[in-house]
Amino acid sequence: MPSSTTRSDIEVEKLSKIFGSGEDAVRALDDVSLTIPENEFFTLLGPSGCGKTTLLRMIAGFEQPTSGRIKLGGSDIADLPPNKRPVNTVFQSYALFPHMTVAQNIGFALKMLGKPKAEIDETVTRMLKLVKMEPMANRKPAQISGGQQQRVALARALAPRPRVLLLDEPLSALDLKLRKEMQVELKRLQAETGITFIFVTHDQEEALTMSDRIAVMSAGKVLQVGPPREIYNHPAERFVADFIGDTNFIAAKVERANGRSATVRLPSGAALDAGLPEGLSPGEGESVTLVVRPEHAKLAADGALKGTVENAVYFGTDTHFHIRLDTGDLFILRSQNAAMPNGLPDTGDAVSIAIPEGAVQVVRG
Amino acid sequence: MSAVELAPHGADTDKPKAARGDIAWRWWLVTPALIVLLLAASGPLLIVLVYSFLEPGSFGGVVWNFSTEGWFQVFFTRDIFDETVAPATAHLDIFWRSIKLALYTTLITAILGFPTAWFIATRAPDVRPIWLFLVTIPFWTNLVIRTFAIQEVIRNEGLVNNILMTLGITSAPIQMLFTDFAILLGMAYVFLPLMVLPLYASMEKLDFKLLEAGYDLYATRLKVLWHIVLPLVKPGFIAGSILVFIPAIGAYVTPRILGGGRNLMLGNLIELQFGQGRNWPLGSALALTLLVIVVIALLFYIRSTAQPEGRRHG
Repeated sequence: MPSSTTRSDIEVEKLSKIFGSGEDAVRALDDVSLTIPENEFFTLLGPSGCGKTTLLRMIAGFEQPTSGRIKLGGSDIADLPPNKRPVNTVFQSYALFPHMTVAQNIGFALKMLGKPKAEIDETVTRMLKLVKMEPMANRKPAQISGGQQQRVALARALAPRPRVLLLDEPLSALDLKLRKEMQVELKRLQAETGITFIFVTHDQEEALTMSDRIAVMSAGKVLQVGPPREIYNHPAERFVADFIGDTNFIAAKVERANGRSATVRLPSGAALDAGLPEGLSPGEGESVTLVVRPEHAKLAADGALKGTVENAVYFGTDTHFHIRLDTGDLFILRSQNAAMPNGLPDTGDAVSIAIPEGAVQVVRG
Repeated sequence: MSAVELAPHGADTDKPKAARGDIAWRWWLVTPALIVLLLAASGPLLIVLVYSFLEPGSFGGVVWNFSTEGWFQVFFTRDIFDETVAPATAHLDIFWRSIKLALYTTLITAILGFPTAWFIATRAPDVRPIWLFLVTIPFWTNLVIRTFAIQEVIRNEGLVNNILMTLGITSAPIQMLFTDFAILLGMAYVFLPLMVLPLYASMEKLDFKLLEAGYDLYATRLKVLWHIVLPLVKPGFIAGSILVFIPAIGAYVTPRILGGGRNLMLGNLIELQFGQGRNWPLGSALALTLLVIVVIALLFYIRSTAQPEGRRHG
């Protein structure tokens, strides 16, 4: 975790990008500001078209900002072409040079930088070892598997020791098993090299498992930035809660707001303490939306919410209950099976749901 | 799944007999083309080969006596008075000129064709066919007419000289027509599309992300061109070079019209033996020599494409 004493590596200030002009203009990035400290695994998470790749391409230098600034280690890099930025990219399609061997691919950047041959050879050997590709050094990209190509793409981008490594959905072309392996591998590489990673993905699980911090993006804006736990447990926006994990939304009215927490009253009459996102201070009686994660809620004898089981889906380790609340809303509850040895409620049973303290969050939108 | 799609008659694998019959039937499909090739290419070639070993008739044609004189005359001359043998420098000069002009033409079309093909390949996919279509427009007019048009443009009283003299850049016309420059200009013009089209075909397949990767990995534009683009479009260059070099070395119309009578190429020399020269065996031997040069050039190209591949795997 970055401490407050580490220097910031990438600073993005009020960055906007508009593609096209006139009526066809698309605002791909809308007034985005971010600070990414050195040696952080930072993830840009969002659905396709949210602007995450555009932001990455602007940091790499492939796109010019319409307005705003990008600073690297304190100095503005807006006027530097991609080949002058100490930033390297791992492309989604890997973009390995098909006419070069694995070793030549990895040594390419150093060769372009005019490094002596001995140094190139030494670095290439070290990189091959780092990504466990030594036996494949003389193969062509077409002669190795997708997962191996991925490793070579990583080694190629890491070889010149960039200040920042940009990764554009690098795992999306891999199958599930390989993807899980590479998630661990990427995390290891980041720790070993100490290079700042900026990772772009639309996969929320990938973001949660790998990142030091996540920026959730939607429609060209950054909605929330924070560590995975904070993003998951304390989403500030409805979109963030919905995009990451399964979520129940419940309407409520504010009784009392006090700093970062509020007392809210549910339609059933029950009162709950809920967390408030930063900068939100609803007045008394104001309608708000609450977020409750399915695994945080519990079946109880006398809970805050009441309803009827519509469907119970057995998953082995746990069971998902689809509960129609008395208010008409659907509530999903995930219950660990070991915790309920005495039989589970069945379809049609009336149940009561308890929400533990700290499991409720008010969201914007 | 794709295997099923590729073989709509899924039963083929179960019935090898039916498959064999199918293949035999498909061979019939190529027979018309084979017959044309046999009659129009191999047949005449065989006649030329036979003629090159016969004696010339006094008024053209051949006399059916075996002789190697035709082949001898390709490379040597015999003095008519004292029978001294000397190398046929006139012929060798023309061989060398033809090879040189064909190589220059290939080089010029490659240099001009690369940016053209690049321009087309980087247009939006829906407008590329329009640009390709424009490239083929010269083919709409007969070669002879187009070549005379170039003559009109570059002759002493032609468009270019008139403009230069009107602007006072030169006081006397520059002799362009009937020079090697004129032949090169004409051939580069005629053969340019044959370079552009295969170059475009290889550029169209180029993954432009590779160029971004190159820039990202500290390569300048020139280095991206040299280390990434050129190696990857090499097949296009090779195909274009074959398509340009082979017809260029045997070009007949262009050197005839733009080179005047003075700057012969191989094609003109061969025609001369069958016409005014009335020496068909020599003409045949020259034609076969041209064929040998073309085959050698082709082998050279094949080697240049195959060797790096072999070395990589070796």
